Amino acid sequence: MPGNDQPAIEVRDLVAGYERRIILNHISFTVPKGQIVTILGGSGCGKSTLLKHMIGLYQPKSGDILIRGRSLVEADAAGKRAIMQLFGVAYQGGALFRSLTLGENIALPLEEFTTLTRAEINAKVAEKLSLVNLRNCEKMMPSDLSGGMIKRAAFARALALDPAILFFDEPSAGLDPLSSANLDRLILNIREKTGATIIVVTHELDSIFTIADRAIMLSAETRSIIADGRPSELRDHSDNPFVRNFLNRGNPRPNIQGAEHHA
Amino acid sequence: MIRRDSIIIQAGDTAALIASETLTFIEFLGDMTIAVWNAIRHPRKIRWKETLYYMNVCGADGLPITALICFLTGVIIGYQAAVQLQKYGGETFLPGLVGCTVVRELAPVMVAVIATGRAGSAFAAEIGTMKVSEEIDALRTMGFDPIRFLVIPKMIAMLCMIPLLTIFGDLFGILGGFMVGVGQLDMPLDAYYQTTVIWVKPKYFFEGVFKSGIFAWIITAVACWRGFRTGSDSIAVGKATTSTVVVSILSIVIADAILAHFFNTIFFAR
Repeated sequence: MPGNDQPAIEVRDLVAGYERRIILNHISFTVPKGQIVTILGGSGCGKSTLLKHMIGLYQPKSGDILIRGRSLVEADAAGKRAIMQLFGVAYQGGALFRSLTLGENIALPLEEFTTLTRAEINAKVAEKLSLVNLRNCEKMMPSDLSGGMIKRAAFARALALDPAILFFDEPSAGLDPLSSANLDRLILNIREKTGATIIVVTHELDSIFTIADRAIMLSAETRSIIADGRPSELRDHSDNPFVRNFLNRGNPRPNIQGAEHHA
Repeated sequence: MIRRDSIIIQAGDTAALIASETLTFIEFLGDMTIAVWNAIRHPRKIRWKETLYYMNVCGADGLPITALICFLTGVIIGYQAAVQLQKYGGETFLPGLVGCTVVRELAPVMVAVIATGRAGSAFAAEIGTMKVSEEIDALRTMGFDPIRFLVIPKMIAMLCMIPLLTIFGDLFGILGGFMVGVGQLDMPLDAYYQTTVIWVKPKYFFEGVFKSGIFAWIITAVACWRGFRTGSDSIAVGKATTSTVVVSILSIVIADAILAHFFNTIFFAR
């Protein structure tokens, strides 16, 4: 089938920033299907800026972003909305709609963009909640959930339309080590069950070594990519002392599932 | 030490800020018009459950305070007018004066000011908080138009409920004047009613209700625009709420002045 071997995401010569300030300067990389990629770097290096451009919230100054071969930059409003349905996003704080129950949050895109019946939507909602270990929580309000549950609920909503690509923004931020490890396990589980390409923005070293097939490291000084490869290889063999130092600051947990051998 | 720019630089910065804010408001109005047009074309896509919720919040929940304030306004106007009119033996003009003032001006404006404080500030805070917690970004990346999702239900609710509240405000305002006329000036109950009916013509009711529709539109547009323009922290939400109240009330007064001129010179010219 034509286009079947095309990468999930292509970032081509991206220049991004706010007003006159350049945050990302000529960034290029490609993410093949099924890979878990973490985007990392120190504070202010442009991780969130890169993510927001990749999910189409901001228009770059120049360059292009292709989602499964379709340009987010050149698409009109309708085309952009169609491309956005190819991916799901779980935000740092969950971004669940607080006036809706958990079930309604997950059902929302299904009601809007599919022709499923109410019974089919309910079944799909239950399936997604079950996938993130939140069985029978359909009627709960977001205000009733703990931090870890909110993150998992956000994962379930991101998965609602069975997207081929998932973006997770700082999934472990603000969680205790146990919840964080559970979330890492969940990310690996989601990849195993759905085969989705997953982009995770994080600076949690434990998570990076546990889940990532590949790490892309940004630098605030050069405003560009300073490292791209397997996390353990970058930690042990990178030419850049900043990269080695950054990745050696924490001792990685014992590997949960051997993510690096999965790719 | 606080650095102070010269007055010319400050004036220039302020002018540039006003110009850029005006441009974003015009852009927002354009997006809102498209969303309203799409809602008219596809009414099934309107979020009716939310619309009914906002109707309840803006209308039913606001009725007691609206009734009380309009009643007291009628009492105040009636009392002040009665004191002056008694000096010249013009007490019989009281029902017409109170009726026309309340129906044409005071009820629509008072209801709009109350709605700005209750609904407008709530809309700005709600959308602003959603922006801070990335819910607006989530809507966009899920492929939703945030204006259709968040603004249209509020706009429909306000356009339905503010004119209704204004009609209630008219009745309670007239009742306030009636209490003064009958209670203080000893006017016969029937005479007060008959004089009010003679003076307060249906076209004045139409004027008041029409104005209230315009005010509802202004309040919703300003509140939602300020909400979407909120910065990224809780202080910004507070600022958005405050500016909603200030900008809405200023816009309402300006619009009222224009509409008063419009109705008196064009519509009621003959």
